[in-house]
Amino acid sequence: MNEDNYLNAGYTLRSWFFTTDHKRIAILYFASLIFFFFIGGAAATLIRIELATPQADLVSSDMYNRLFTMHGVIIVWFFLIPSIPNTLGNFIVPLMIGARDLAFPRLNLLSWYLFMLGGCVTLFAIAAGGIDTGWTFYTPFSTLYSNSYVAVAVTGVFIAGFSSILTGLNFIVTIHRLRAPGLTWYRLPLFLWSLYAPSVILVLATPVLAITLVLIVVERLLGVGFFDPRIGGDPLLFQHLFWFYSHPAVYIMILPGMGVINELISCFSRKAVFGYKFVAWASVAIAALGFLVWGHHMFVSGQSLLASLVFSFMSFVVAVPSAIKVFNWTATLHKGSIRFDAPMLYALAFIGLFTIGGLTGLFLACLAYDVHATDTYFVVAHFHYIMVGGMVTAYFGGLHYWWPKITGRLYSEYWARTAAVLIFFGFNLTFFPQFILGAEGMPRRYHVYPPEFQMWNVLSSGGAVILAAAYLLPLVYLAYSLFFGKRAPANPWDAPGLEWQTPSPPPEFNFETQPVVTRPPYQYTPDFRAEPQNA
Amino acid sequence: MPNRPAFAPQYVSTRHRDETAELGMWVFIATEVLLFGGLILAYCVFRHTYPEAFAAASRRTEIAIGTANTAILLTSSFLVACAVDAFTEETRKICVALLAGAIALGLLFVLLKGVEYAGEYREHLVPGIDFSFDDKFANGAKLFFLFYFVATAIHALHMLIGISLLAVIARLTWRRAPTTRHRAALHSVALYWHFVDAVWIFLFALIYLPGRAS
Repeated sequence: MNEDNYLNAGYTLRSWFFTTDHKRIAILYFASLIFFFFIGGAAATLIRIELATPQADLVSSDMYNRLFTMHGVIIVWFFLIPSIPNTLGNFIVPLMIGARDLAFPRLNLLSWYLFMLGGCVTLFAIAAGGIDTGWTFYTPFSTLYSNSYVAVAVTGVFIAGFSSILTGLNFIVTIHRLRAPGLTWYRLPLFLWSLYAPSVILVLATPVLAITLVLIVVERLLGVGFFDPRIGGDPLLFQHLFWFYSHPAVYIMILPGMGVINELISCFSRKAVFGYKFVAWASVAIAALGFLVWGHHMFVSGQSLLASLVFSFMSFVVAVPSAIKVFNWTATLHKGSIRFDAPMLYALAFIGLFTIGGLTGLFLACLAYDVHATDTYFVVAHFHYIMVGGMVTAYFGGLHYWWPKITGRLYSEYWARTAAVLIFFGFNLTFFPQFILGAEGMPRRYHVYPPEFQMWNVLSSGGAVILAAAYLLPLVYLAYSLFFGKRAPANPWDAPGLEWQTPSPPPEFNFETQPVVTRPPYQYTPDFRAEPQNA
Repeated sequence: MPNRPAFAPQYVSTRHRDETAELGMWVFIATEVLLFGGLILAYCVFRHTYPEAFAAASRRTEIAIGTANTAILLTSSFLVACAVDAFTEETRKICVALLAGAIALGLLFVLLKGVEYAGEYREHLVPGIDFSFDDKFANGAKLFFLFYFVATAIHALHMLIGISLLAVIARLTWRRAPTTRHRAALHSVALYWHFVDAVWIFLFALIYLPGRAS
C-alpha cells in the first residue's frame, strides 16, 4: 500500500464532503447507492413475499401500488442510472485516460449534492405516504386522480435529473479534452466509449424528462394542463415525452455495464477485445438508435399502426449493435487463456443473462407478440434480465475487478465466487418463471392472481430470497476486506490499462508524472503472471 | 503538488483549461435546447390540433411588449458580444459599461414581462387561476396560454440566472485586472446569454405571431 494515497489525504468530514477529488466523490456515490439499492431491494422483497400466495395477505392493494412504485422510482433513478457512471466511472475514467481529475471537479461534487437532495425529497414523498402511479407517472392518473405525493416525488426525480446531466457533461468534456498524450480515440479502453455514448444520452434526453415533470407539477398545481383530456389536452403526449427519455435511459443503464464487461472479458482471457472498432461504434450506434424506438412502449396506447410498425422495425435494428457486442465478447474468449476469477464469473453471467434479456426484447419488439405480452410479467422478466441480470451483474463484476485499486485491499476470492454463482442462480430462479407467467397472461402490478399461477410465483419468490441473500454477501466480505483483507499490489490482474500503472490506492493526483500512451489498449501477455487471489 | 500552478492539476495549461470550460458550456447548451425542445414539441402538437384557437389566443397577447422585448434582448446580446471584444486591460472600463448596459436591458426585459403578466391576469387569461375566453376556443386557448406561461416563466428564470452571471463577471472585471480565466468565464456566460436570446426569438415567433400574419 503506498504511503500517500487519496484515502489518507485527509480524515476530516470536511475533507470528504467538500472534496473535489473524483475518487472521493466516487466513494460518496458508492455509499449513497448502497443505501438506495437496499431501500429499493427491500421493496422488491416485500413485493415477492406478497406474491407468494394468490390472495392479498401482507399488504392492501393501495399499499402494493405504493410498494412497486417505490421500488421502481428508487431503483431506476437512484440506483441504476447513476450506478456505474457515478461510482466506477467517476473513479476510473480519469485514471484510465491518464488525467489527474475530471474536467470539472466542483461540478462533480455539485452533482452528488443534487443527487442526495433529489434522493431526500423522493424519500420524503415515500415516508409521507408514498406514490401510487408506478415509476412511469402515467397521466391523467398522476395529474388528475392520484391522491398520493406525486408532485413531491416528481420534484425529487427532477432534481436528480440535473445531477445526471452534470455527470454526463463532465464525462463528455473530460473524454474529449483530458486524454493523455498519445491516447487517441481508438486507443481508449472500450469502457470509455461505453461511458461516452450514454453521457450523450444523459445530456440530450434528461432535459426532456425534466420539462415533462415540470408540466406534471404545473398540471397538479393548476388543475389544468397539457395532458388533461377534459380541455383537449393529450395524455398520450406525456407517454411520448416520457419514453423519449426513458427508453434511451435503458441504454444509459446498460451501456456502462457493457463497457465493464469489455474490460473483464479481455483481462481474464488475456486477449484484446475482438473487433475493437465494431464494439466501440456499436456503443455509439446503440445510443443513437435508442432515441428512435420509444414508441415500442406505446403499441397498445393508440398510436397509429404506421408509427407502431416503424418503431417495431427500429427496435429490431437496435438488436444489431447489441448482438455485435455479444458475438465479439464470445470471439474474444475464443482461444483465450481463460481464468475464472470472480470478476470473470460476473462477466460470463452478464453475457448469458443479457442475451436472454436481449432476445426476449426481440419478442417484445415484434408488434403482434407485444400486443399479447403488454403489461404482463413477460415484460417484467425481460427488463429485469437486462437491468438486474445485465446491469447489476456488470456493476458487481466491475466492483470486484477494481476493488483492489479503489481500496488497496484484496477480497476473499472464495466468497466472491460463491456470491457470483449464487447471484446467477438466484436471479434465474427469480425471473425465469416470470417469462412463463407472462406468456400465460399474468398481468403486472396486481397483488392477487388466479391460483393456477401460484407454482411459478412461489419459485420466483424463492429465487428472490436466494438473490437477496446473494446481494447481501458482497456487503459482508467486501466490508471485511476493507479492514482485514491483504494489501493489494498496484496491478493484481497483470493488466496493461493506465489505471493499473499507478499504486493502489492511487495517490491524490493519480499519477506522479503524466503518462504517455504509445500503443492500443488490451496488450495482455498470454500467460497470467499475477498469482490468483487466494481463497 | 509542491508549488501549485495557476490552473487546476488536471489541465496542462491555462489555455487548455479555458477551452475545456467553453466546451462544457456548449454541452450544457445542448441540454438546454432539449429542455425547451420538449415544450415546443407540445406547442406544435396542440397548434396543429387547434389552429384557430391558437390564432385567436395569440391575438390576445401583447405584441407591442413582445416586440419591444425582442429588440431589448437582441440589443443586450449585441452589448455582450461587444463586451467580449472589449475585454482587455486598456478597455476594461468600456467592457464593464457594456456589461452594465446588457444587465440593465435584461432587467428591463424581465420588468416588461411582469407588466405583461399583470395585463394578462387582468384580462382573465391565466389558466387554472382566472381564465375566461370565447367558448368556441376556450380549450385550445387554455392550452396556448399554458404554453405561454410555462415557456416564458422558464425563459425568465434563465434570464435571471444570466443577469446574475453577467453581474458577477462585471464585478470581477471592475475590481481586478482581466485574466484569461475571467476571459473564459465571460466567453461562457456570453454563450449562455446568446442562447437565452435565441430561445426568445423562437418563443416570440410561436407566441405573438400566429393569427397576425394574415
